[in-house]
Amino acid sequence: MVNYSAESDTFASSIGKFDEFPGSDERASLPLRSDEHVVALRKMVRERATAIDLSLVDQTKLVTAASELARNTLKYGGGGEVLAVTLSDGVRQGIRLTFVDKGPGIANVEQALSDGFTTGAGLGLGLGGARRLADEFEIMSKPGEGTTVSILKWKR
Amino acid sequence: MERIPILRMGDLLLVTIQVDMHDRLAMMLQDDLTARIVKEQAKGVLIDISALDVVDSFIGRMISNTAAMARVLDASTVVVGMQPAVAITLVELGLALTGVKTALNVERGMALLGKNYL
Repeated sequence: MVNYSAESDTFASSIGKFDEFPGSDERASLPLRSDEHVVALRKMVRERATAIDLSLVDQTKLVTAASELARNTLKYGGGGEVLAVTLSDGVRQGIRLTFVDKGPGIANVEQALSDGFTTGAGLGLGLGGARRLADEFEIMSKPGEGTTVSILKWKR
Repeated sequence: MERIPILRMGDLLLVTIQVDMHDRLAMMLQDDLTARIVKEQAKGVLIDISALDVVDSFIGRMISNTAAMARVLDASTVVVGMQPAVAITLVELGLALTGVKTALNVERGMALLGKNYL
Protein backbone atom coordinates (compact mmCIF):
# COMPACT_ATOMS: atom_id res chain seq x y z
CA MET A 1 0.00 0.00 0.00
CA VAL A 2 1.42 3.34 -0.99
CA ASN A 3 0.68 5.89 1.67
CA TYR A 4 1.66 9.48 1.33
CA SER A 5 0.74 12.05 3.91
CA ALA A 6 1.72 15.71 4.04
CA GLU A 7 1.53 15.72 7.82
CA SER A 8 1.47 12.02 8.39
CA ASP A 9 1.24 11.92 12.17
CA THR A 10 -1.34 14.60 12.68
CA PHE A 11 -3.49 13.53 9.79
CA ALA A 12 -3.53 9.80 10.34
CA SER A 13 -4.47 10.26 13.96
CA SER A 14 -7.04 12.92 13.11
CA ILE A 15 -9.26 10.47 11.32
CA GLY A 16 -10.47 8.80 14.49
CA LYS A 17 -9.63 11.42 17.03
CA PHE A 18 -11.81 14.39 16.36
CA ASP A 19 -15.39 14.47 17.43
CA GLU A 20 -17.78 14.87 14.62
CA PHE A 21 -20.89 16.86 15.25
CA PRO A 22 -23.98 14.84 16.02
CA GLY A 23 -26.78 14.96 13.52
CA SER A 24 -27.01 13.60 10.01
CA ASP A 25 -26.41 16.98 8.38
CA GLU A 26 -22.73 16.98 9.33
CA ARG A 27 -21.91 13.86 7.34
CA ALA A 28 -22.92 13.30 3.77
CA SER A 29 -21.82 11.33 0.78
CA LEU A 30 -22.33 12.11 -2.86
CA PRO A 31 -21.83 9.90 -5.90
CA LEU A 32 -19.24 10.98 -8.47
CA ARG A 33 -20.34 9.43 -11.73
CA SER A 34 -20.91 12.39 -14.04
CA ASP A 35 -19.89 16.01 -14.72
CA GLU A 36 -23.11 17.13 -13.02
CA HIS A 37 -22.10 15.37 -9.82
CA VAL A 38 -18.92 17.46 -9.73
CA VAL A 39 -21.04 20.62 -9.94
CA ALA A 40 -23.33 19.30 -7.17
CA LEU A 41 -20.28 18.62 -5.00
CA ARG A 42 -18.93 22.15 -5.50
CA LYS A 43 -22.29 23.49 -4.33
CA MET A 44 -22.40 21.21 -1.29
CA VAL A 45 -18.83 22.06 -0.26
CA ARG A 46 -19.55 25.78 -0.64
CA GLU A 47 -22.61 25.44 1.64
CA ARG A 48 -20.63 23.57 4.29
CA ALA A 49 -17.76 26.05 4.10
CA THR A 50 -20.20 28.94 4.53
CA ALA A 51 -21.88 27.15 7.46
CA ILE A 52 -18.64 27.07 9.49
CA ASP A 53 -17.82 30.59 8.34
CA LEU A 54 -14.63 29.85 6.40
CA SER A 55 -13.10 32.98 4.87
CA LEU A 56 -14.00 33.61 1.23
CA VAL A 57 -10.47 32.73 0.09
CA ASP A 58 -10.47 29.47 2.08
CA GLN A 59 -13.95 28.61 0.77
CA THR A 60 -12.69 29.12 -2.76
CA LYS A 61 -9.57 27.05 -2.14
CA LEU A 62 -11.58 24.18 -0.65
CA VAL A 63 -14.19 24.18 -3.41
CA THR A 64 -11.46 24.30 -6.06
CA ALA A 65 -9.50 21.45 -4.46
CA ALA A 66 -12.74 19.44 -4.25
CA SER A 67 -13.39 20.07 -7.93
CA GLU A 68 -9.90 18.87 -8.91
CA LEU A 69 -10.14 15.69 -6.85
CA ALA A 70 -13.70 14.95 -7.98
CA ARG A 71 -12.56 15.20 -11.59
CA ASN A 72 -9.70 12.78 -10.86
CA THR A 73 -12.12 10.31 -9.27
CA LEU A 74 -14.29 10.58 -12.37
CA LYS A 75 -11.63 10.52 -15.07
CA TYR A 76 -8.94 8.28 -13.65
CA GLY A 77 -10.85 6.28 -11.04
CA GLY A 78 -13.82 5.51 -13.29
CA GLY A 79 -16.17 7.20 -10.84
CA GLY A 80 -16.70 6.69 -7.15
CA GLU A 81 -17.97 8.73 -4.26
CA VAL A 82 -17.07 11.50 -1.88
CA LEU A 83 -17.71 11.68 1.84
CA ALA A 84 -17.97 15.12 3.43
CA VAL A 85 -17.64 15.60 7.17
CA THR A 86 -17.77 18.78 9.22
CA LEU A 87 -15.64 18.16 12.29
CA SER A 88 -14.01 19.81 15.26
CA ASP A 89 -10.80 19.20 17.20
CA GLY A 90 -12.26 20.95 20.20
CA VAL A 91 -10.77 24.31 19.29
CA ARG A 92 -11.58 24.86 15.65
CA GLN A 93 -13.94 23.53 13.04
CA GLY A 94 -12.97 22.04 9.74
CA ILE A 95 -14.25 20.17 6.73
CA ARG A 96 -12.87 16.88 5.58
CA LEU A 97 -13.57 15.50 2.12
CA THR A 98 -12.66 11.93 1.23
CA PHE A 99 -12.70 10.79 -2.39
CA VAL A 100 -12.93 7.06 -2.96
CA ASP A 101 -12.72 5.12 -6.19
CA LYS A 102 -12.15 1.49 -7.08
CA GLY A 103 -10.29 2.28 -10.27
CA PRO A 104 -6.86 1.17 -11.51
CA GLY A 105 -4.99 2.96 -8.70
CA ILE A 106 -1.83 5.03 -9.02
CA ALA A 107 1.43 3.19 -9.68
CA ASN A 108 3.70 6.01 -8.51
CA VAL A 109 2.06 8.39 -6.05
CA GLU A 110 5.09 10.70 -5.71
CA GLN A 111 5.15 11.16 -9.46
CA ALA A 112 1.38 11.71 -9.62
CA LEU A 113 1.72 14.48 -7.03
CA SER A 114 4.31 16.40 -9.04
CA ASP A 115 3.03 19.30 -11.08
CA GLY A 116 2.81 18.68 -14.79
CA PHE A 117 2.62 14.90 -14.56
CA THR A 118 -0.47 13.37 -16.11
CA THR A 119 -1.41 10.10 -17.73
CA GLY A 120 -4.38 11.82 -19.33
CA ALA A 121 -4.82 14.98 -21.40
CA GLY A 122 -4.96 17.42 -18.49
CA LEU A 123 -2.40 19.81 -17.11
CA GLY A 124 -1.30 17.56 -14.27
CA LEU A 125 -2.11 20.20 -11.67
CA GLY A 126 -5.07 18.52 -9.99
CA LEU A 127 -3.49 16.33 -7.33
CA GLY A 128 -0.53 18.57 -6.45
CA GLY A 129 -2.75 21.65 -6.65
CA ALA A 130 -5.36 20.16 -4.31
CA ARG A 131 -2.59 19.33 -1.86
CA ARG A 132 -1.38 22.94 -1.88
CA LEU A 133 -4.90 24.32 -1.45
CA ALA A 134 -5.78 22.12 1.54
CA ASP A 135 -4.38 22.26 5.09
CA GLU A 136 -3.96 18.51 5.33
CA PHE A 137 -3.74 15.97 2.56
CA GLU A 138 -3.55 12.20 2.45
CA ILE A 139 -3.54 9.75 -0.40
CA MET A 140 -3.66 5.99 -0.41
CA SER A 141 -3.55 4.00 -3.58
CA LYS A 142 -3.04 0.41 -4.54
CA PRO A 143 -2.69 -0.61 -8.19
CA GLY A 144 -5.70 -2.63 -9.25
CA GLU A 145 -7.75 -1.75 -6.17
CA GLY A 146 -8.36 1.97 -6.21
CA THR A 147 -7.46 5.29 -4.70
CA THR A 148 -8.58 7.23 -1.63
CA VAL A 149 -7.68 10.90 -1.26
CA SER A 150 -8.55 12.99 1.78
CA ILE A 151 -8.26 16.73 2.25
CA LEU A 152 -9.00 18.82 5.30
CA LYS A 153 -9.43 22.56 5.64
CA TRP A 154 -9.56 24.22 9.07
CA LYS A 155 -11.28 27.46 9.89
CA ARG A 156 -8.57 29.94 10.79
CA MET B 1 -29.48 21.62 -24.39
CA GLU B 2 -27.86 24.00 -21.90
CA ARG B 3 -25.46 26.48 -23.55
CA ILE B 4 -23.60 29.65 -22.62
CA PRO B 5 -24.94 32.50 -24.79
CA ILE B 6 -22.52 34.43 -27.01
CA LEU B 7 -23.55 37.98 -27.97
CA ARG B 8 -22.18 39.90 -30.93
CA MET B 9 -21.56 43.63 -30.69
CA GLY B 10 -19.96 45.01 -33.86
CA ASP B 11 -16.82 42.97 -34.39
CA LEU B 12 -16.72 41.83 -30.77
CA LEU B 13 -18.12 38.72 -29.14
CA LEU B 14 -19.29 38.97 -25.55
CA VAL B 15 -19.65 36.04 -23.19
CA THR B 16 -20.87 36.31 -19.64
CA ILE B 17 -20.53 33.06 -17.77
CA GLN B 18 -23.24 33.01 -15.13
CA VAL B 19 -23.57 29.36 -14.27
CA ASP B 20 -21.27 26.93 -12.51
CA MET B 21 -20.04 25.13 -15.63
CA HIS B 22 -19.51 21.41 -15.79
CA ASP B 23 -16.69 20.22 -18.02
CA ARG B 24 -18.76 19.42 -21.10
CA LEU B 25 -20.39 22.84 -20.98
CA ALA B 26 -16.95 24.47 -20.84
CA MET B 27 -15.80 22.50 -23.87
CA MET B 28 -18.98 23.41 -25.74
CA LEU B 29 -18.34 27.07 -25.06
CA GLN B 30 -14.83 26.73 -26.48
CA ASP B 31 -16.20 25.10 -29.63
CA ASP B 32 -19.03 27.62 -29.99
CA LEU B 33 -16.72 30.60 -29.50
CA THR B 34 -14.15 29.54 -32.07
CA ALA B 35 -16.93 28.81 -34.58
CA ARG B 36 -18.51 32.22 -33.96
CA ILE B 37 -15.18 34.05 -34.32
CA VAL B 38 -14.87 32.68 -37.84
CA LYS B 39 -18.56 33.08 -38.74
CA GLU B 40 -18.82 36.70 -37.51
CA GLN B 41 -15.21 37.58 -38.44
CA ALA B 42 -14.83 38.88 -34.91
CA LYS B 43 -11.69 40.78 -33.95
CA GLY B 44 -12.17 40.62 -30.22
CA VAL B 45 -13.63 38.34 -27.56
CA LEU B 46 -14.56 39.52 -24.10
CA ILE B 47 -15.22 36.86 -21.47
CA ASP B 48 -16.81 38.10 -18.25
CA ILE B 49 -16.19 35.70 -15.37
CA SER B 50 -17.27 38.03 -12.56
CA ALA B 51 -20.10 35.66 -11.61
CA LEU B 52 -17.78 32.65 -11.30
CA ASP B 53 -16.84 31.90 -7.70
CA VAL B 54 -14.65 28.95 -8.70
CA VAL B 55 -12.23 28.50 -11.58
CA ASP B 56 -10.46 25.16 -11.36
CA SER B 57 -7.69 23.83 -13.61
CA PHE B 58 -10.13 22.57 -16.23
CA ILE B 59 -12.00 25.86 -16.61
CA GLY B 60 -8.69 27.73 -16.38
CA ARG B 61 -7.25 25.65 -19.17
CA MET B 62 -10.38 26.17 -21.26
CA ILE B 63 -10.02 29.94 -20.86
CA SER B 64 -6.36 29.92 -21.73
CA ASN B 65 -6.86 27.58 -24.71
CA THR B 66 -9.75 29.67 -25.98
CA ALA B 67 -7.55 32.78 -25.89
CA ALA B 68 -4.83 30.94 -27.81
CA MET B 69 -7.31 29.64 -30.41
CA ALA B 70 -8.79 33.10 -30.83
CA ARG B 71 -5.32 34.52 -31.40
CA VAL B 72 -4.67 31.97 -34.14
CA LEU B 73 -8.00 33.01 -35.66
CA ASP B 74 -6.89 36.68 -35.61
CA ALA B 75 -8.98 37.78 -32.64
CA SER B 76 -7.86 39.07 -29.23
CA THR B 77 -9.38 37.84 -26.00
CA VAL B 78 -9.76 39.68 -22.72
CA VAL B 79 -10.97 37.96 -19.57
CA VAL B 80 -12.64 40.40 -17.20
CA GLY B 81 -13.97 40.50 -13.66
CA MET B 82 -12.06 37.73 -11.95
CA GLN B 83 -12.86 37.66 -8.23
CA PRO B 84 -9.83 38.17 -5.94
CA ALA B 85 -10.36 34.84 -4.14
CA VAL B 86 -10.41 33.10 -7.53
CA ALA B 87 -7.15 34.81 -8.56
CA ILE B 88 -5.43 33.72 -5.32
CA THR B 89 -6.65 30.14 -5.73
CA LEU B 90 -5.74 29.89 -9.42
CA VAL B 91 -2.16 31.02 -8.85
CA GLU B 92 -1.76 28.70 -5.86
CA LEU B 93 -3.14 25.89 -7.99
CA GLY B 94 -0.30 26.56 -10.42
CA LEU B 95 -2.25 28.23 -13.20
CA ALA B 96 -1.31 31.85 -13.82
CA LEU B 97 -3.18 32.14 -17.15
CA THR B 98 0.02 33.27 -18.84
CA GLY B 99 -0.67 34.84 -22.20
CA VAL B 100 -4.28 35.70 -21.39
CA LYS B 101 -5.12 39.40 -21.32
CA THR B 102 -7.18 40.38 -18.29
CA ALA B 103 -9.00 43.48 -17.10
CA LEU B 104 -10.79 44.29 -13.88
CA ASN B 105 -14.14 45.07 -15.49
CA VAL B 106 -16.00 45.11 -18.79
CA GLU B 107 -15.28 48.78 -19.41
CA ARG B 108 -11.53 48.34 -19.08
CA GLY B 109 -11.72 45.13 -21.09
CA MET B 110 -13.44 47.01 -23.91
CA ALA B 111 -10.71 49.65 -23.78
CA LEU B 112 -8.07 46.92 -24.06
CA LEU B 113 -9.82 45.69 -27.18
CA GLY B 114 -9.68 49.21 -28.57
CA LYS B 115 -13.35 50.03 -27.99
CA ASN B 116 -14.37 53.02 -25.97
CA TYR B 117 -18.10 53.32 -25.71
CA LEU B 118 -18.13 55.95 -23.01
